[in-house]
Amino acid sequence: MAAELALLEGTLGLRNGTKYGAQGERQIPVLQTNNGPGLTGLITIAAHLVKQAKKEQLLGSTAEEKAVVQQWLEYRVTRVDRCSSKEDTRTILKDLNTHLEDKVYLAGNSFTLADILMYYGLHHVMVDLTVQEKEKYLNVSRWFNHIQHYPGVRQQLSNVVFIKNRLYTNAH
Amino acid sequence: MSEALRAEHCGSCSSTKPGLPVSEAPRAGHCGSCSSVPNRTPRPGSRRPPAPVASAAMRLQVAAGGPAALKVVAAAEFAAAPVRLCWSAPAEQPLSPLCSPWVPALQLDSGAVLFSPNAICQYLFLAGGQEPTDLTNQWLEWEATELQPVVAAALYAQLVHGKKGLEAAGHLGKLLAYIEQSLSGRGTAYLAGDTQSVADVVVWGALFPVLQDEASLSNELQALRTWFQTMTLSEACRKAANSVLMPKGLLEFKSYLQKQPPPCLAMERATSNEPEEEEASERVLTEEEITAAADAWARGAAALPKPWHPQKPVLPVEGMRNVLITSALPYVNNVPHLGNIIGCVLSADTFARYCRLRNWNTLYVCGTDEYGTATETKAVEEGLTPREICDKYNAIHADIYRWFHISFDYFGRTTTPHQTTIAQDIFQRLLARGFLLQDTVEQLQCEGCQRFLADRFVEGICPFCGYEEARGDQCDKCGKLINAVELKVGWDPSGRPVALPGTPTVFWALSKPFLCFSSQKRPQCKLCRGIPVVKPTQHLFLDLPKLEEQLEPWLEHSWSTGDWTANARYITRSWIRDGLKPRCITRDLKWGTPVPLDGYRDKVFYVWFDAPIGYLSITANYTDQWERWWKNPQQVELYNFMAKDNVPFHSVIFPCSLLGADDNYTLVNHLIATEYLNYEDGKFSKSRGVGVFGDMAKDTGIPADIWRFYLLYLRPEGQDSAFSWSDLMLKNNSELLNNLGNFINRAGMFVCKFFGGVVPDMVLTMDDKRLLARVTLELRQYHQLLEKVRIRDALRCILSISRHGNQYIQVNEPWKRIKGNEEDRQRAGTVTGVAVNMASLLAVMVQPYMPSVSQAIQGQLCIPPECFVLSHIFTCTLPPGHRVGTVSPLFQKLENDQIEALRKRFGGGQAKPTPPAPVPAPASGPVVAPGDPQLIQELTEQVAKQGNHVRQLKANKAEKAEVDAEVAKLLELKKQLALAEGKSPEVLVPKGKRKK
Repeated sequence: MAAELALLEGTLGLRNGTKYGAQGERQIPVLQTNNGPGLTGLITIAAHLVKQAKKEQLLGSTAEEKAVVQQWLEYRVTRVDRCSSKEDTRTILKDLNTHLEDKVYLAGNSFTLADILMYYGLHHVMVDLTVQEKEKYLNVSRWFNHIQHYPGVRQQLSNVVFIKNRLYTNAH
Repeated sequence: MSEALRAEHCGSCSSTKPGLPVSEAPRAGHCGSCSSVPNRTPRPGSRRPPAPVASAAMRLQVAAGGPAALKVVAAAEFAAAPVRLCWSAPAEQPLSPLCSPWVPALQLDSGAVLFSPNAICQYLFLAGGQEPTDLTNQWLEWEATELQPVVAAALYAQLVHGKKGLEAAGHLGKLLAYIEQSLSGRGTAYLAGDTQSVADVVVWGALFPVLQDEASLSNELQALRTWFQTMTLSEACRKAANSVLMPKGLLEFKSYLQKQPPPCLAMERATSNEPEEEEASERVLTEEEITAAADAWARGAAALPKPWHPQKPVLPVEGMRNVLITSALPYVNNVPHLGNIIGCVLSADTFARYCRLRNWNTLYVCGTDEYGTATETKAVEEGLTPREICDKYNAIHADIYRWFHISFDYFGRTTTPHQTTIAQDIFQRLLARGFLLQDTVEQLQCEGCQRFLADRFVEGICPFCGYEEARGDQCDKCGKLINAVELKVGWDPSGRPVALPGTPTVFWALSKPFLCFSSQKRPQCKLCRGIPVVKPTQHLFLDLPKLEEQLEPWLEHSWSTGDWTANARYITRSWIRDGLKPRCITRDLKWGTPVPLDGYRDKVFYVWFDAPIGYLSITANYTDQWERWWKNPQQVELYNFMAKDNVPFHSVIFPCSLLGADDNYTLVNHLIATEYLNYEDGKFSKSRGVGVFGDMAKDTGIPADIWRFYLLYLRPEGQDSAFSWSDLMLKNNSELLNNLGNFINRAGMFVCKFFGGVVPDMVLTMDDKRLLARVTLELRQYHQLLEKVRIRDALRCILSISRHGNQYIQVNEPWKRIKGNEEDRQRAGTVTGVAVNMASLLAVMVQPYMPSVSQAIQGQLCIPPECFVLSHIFTCTLPPGHRVGTVSPLFQKLENDQIEALRKRFGGGQAKPTPPAPVPAPASGPVVAPGDPQLIQELTEQVAKQGNHVRQLKANKAEKAEVDAEVAKLLELKKQLALAEGKSPEVLVPKGKRKK
């Protein structure tokens, strides 16, 4: 998750080059600050970085949007990160697919921190999907493909390919 | 529905209760009009300050008995938020599909629904003017990820398992200590400062059910006790506790918890996760294994079986394992592409090579499938006879497979006299045994050409899945076969295709290449422009329903004794489950095996009846004793390789033909079907030159063995896979060059450089023996996988052996030790000797995958031919004193530039955009076209002039005859212009005609 925060710094245009600590078995990231005990937790640090970069709009512009962003960040750390089986992953993808049916971004019409962190969190999942699965979770695929092409987000992560055409033409 | 109404709407009974204050709504009944919920006693003591008038109250739906209810209700009280509390029974429809019925949900004014309790709490505080801070965020995240799972587990232990106190608390102690530390460390009264915040409510809400009162906290947690007491006594929390935990206290949560799976804590789970599985493959070797490996090594080449070289032609041998391998016959009218190659011939070839190395008596046959409409059409296209087309493409296929080193024992074709004899024999036997039916089929016929239009040239909407470009005989999308009788089609008076009466909602649009729609009008035969008609014609059907009773026991037997891939079983099962129907086996064509029955003599067999018989007739062309393979199920094991779209023909139709013909035929024992191989991104298209075809692979300059390796590495076993140029480069450079090639090269080079090309003496230490056992383990795994035809997975074992070898060399550093003392030099000798013997083993193991590379290693290390056999042991095949040849690198690095160039070349980077259709109107700018520019210029001007003239006449209301004459002139000019521009003039003519 520390690597993810480094990616986020890149996306936000911050050049902190921070070395994040890690805590416990789940390697929860820790950010040392000059004053006080520092910050712990992925979404806490992420929100802090967003404010530091003066891109508060990424946390949502209205109270409602802020709540929705918060909710998806929480979803990311409580549900996505806790997937332990294929079954869990399918549930997540199904949920997201339903949610994204009528939305461009997780929080509706604006690109937010929720999109960025969900993208990082799902990357390893999407890489492993088969073509049929990508078709099955079409809305997730559309959203994911959109986010990975959002300027500055993907960086060195691999590009997940969504358009697949059959080599087979069923010659007969 | 308006926002206001929605807030008061009950999700369960759909009744709307205007004016009913939801905060006082009956509990459990949650709506006055629902009579379905038994407990309707009003909920006591939960009164909230009135909502501000300006804002419509948001609906907060809280499930009775859901533990998260506590914090959201408390937060609503704290923040004095304008919400209407609505108690719901868990079975009730959630506010949004994402909401779990047990978790609170808040419907916002925008209509969005929050389903995460912490986000709801934060929103309620935010609406009350409290912005989140880094510190509150941190508490919320900690609560969600750390505290909640532990609390849930503790509650579960307490309520469901009936554990008490500390026993149930589990890991809670550590977390409580953390809170204590935070509070005392900061010296603040509350978690995020000196005033209450959302953090306090959320953490309190989680803790309250397990702690209940501060008395359960030890004295050391002084700050926590104080904080918890303050919180519990606050009005908001008290109210929340009263409303959520009444009347049964904690037992309120029991029914919820009982429905949950036992909680599994992250910390507990971490011990049983995947990384361990991977370590398991590196399992500890037993003493026995190590000793056995050392013994096997010591026995040397003598321990290996003698390689079996069968007499030609290969025929079954009594007492041996006789393996007959076929790969689906590629259709002759096209060049095969990488998908065909991996799906059929390459997979079958790898397996056949493996079988031969195992000393199994193996015959591998294949050939081109040549009969059928597609060939006839291709012949018309290329101006050749069908025979000439077949000759031409058969040679192309044979060439490509030769280049890929496909080791057919015989590569034949279906258009031979043997095919006619065998197919007609099977037909006669089926006829004699009453397995054929007669029926009338309505088919499209062009009267001008006296030609029936074949199913596969009709395109339309699949009656099963609705795919719009389904072919007439099989849908490419769902894979279902479409029966010829469902192909009936007609046209309404305007020329639109419609389903004929009596047929289901099948709606066939037409069709290439014989039919096309001209300006969306009537269908036409492309050859003569005649209009096709629907005509009844007599056909013969294979009575599959009658054969089903023979098919099922056979399938059951084949499945229980043979290896069928999961997709093959699945496709077959679903095919049978959908019900077998009689299947038409004749067609109105000329290019095919003639039907030997009066009344049908102008017809031929349908290619899918005919083609699998090709396996038999091709073998018959190989040896006149073909029946010893094909009518010998007692001695012969049959493997069919194919891509999954061919499964039903091989698992149902062909076996039914053979079972019905009842002549002791050899039926398939192992049906090996691959999924699909996809091409990276961008369109795959032959016409645009996108993608790699068999004949292009050699033009890439990449050796055939590298292609074989990469295609087998991503063989679509179990799921689809995708070809990617950069991955090809990566696999070549990392797996072949740096791993496999590097190891074999180093092993050989050490023998040459340090020991004068002679394998040195070896004195094995325990470490060496352990390595031998490790290699033996991988070898066993390799056999296990290949015996189940898991070709791709077995390749990993090879790569793992060379990885072990590289590590072995790296750790022992023979290049340093050779310069050391006597002992060191001996050690260098042992390591080099073991390594070069591993290379010798790899040369054999890699043979099915990369035959030329294998041959190269054999040549370089001078491996004796009698060692080219696979057994289950790893033995010393290159003993001390063995002289090796000249060692040179086996693989070449693929460079980025080279790969990018190939990607561009095959990836359609050069695809030209189709020029926009020029408008032949005066306004159109200069037209770039292949014709004479001056002529075009002139004609354009004339068209413009004439166009103006016509407009003027019309504006002046001139005589109709005069206008028509001038219009005709204009049309003629436009036609000339179109011709000059190299376009087909027809596009324009109907447009003019329609105006009349």
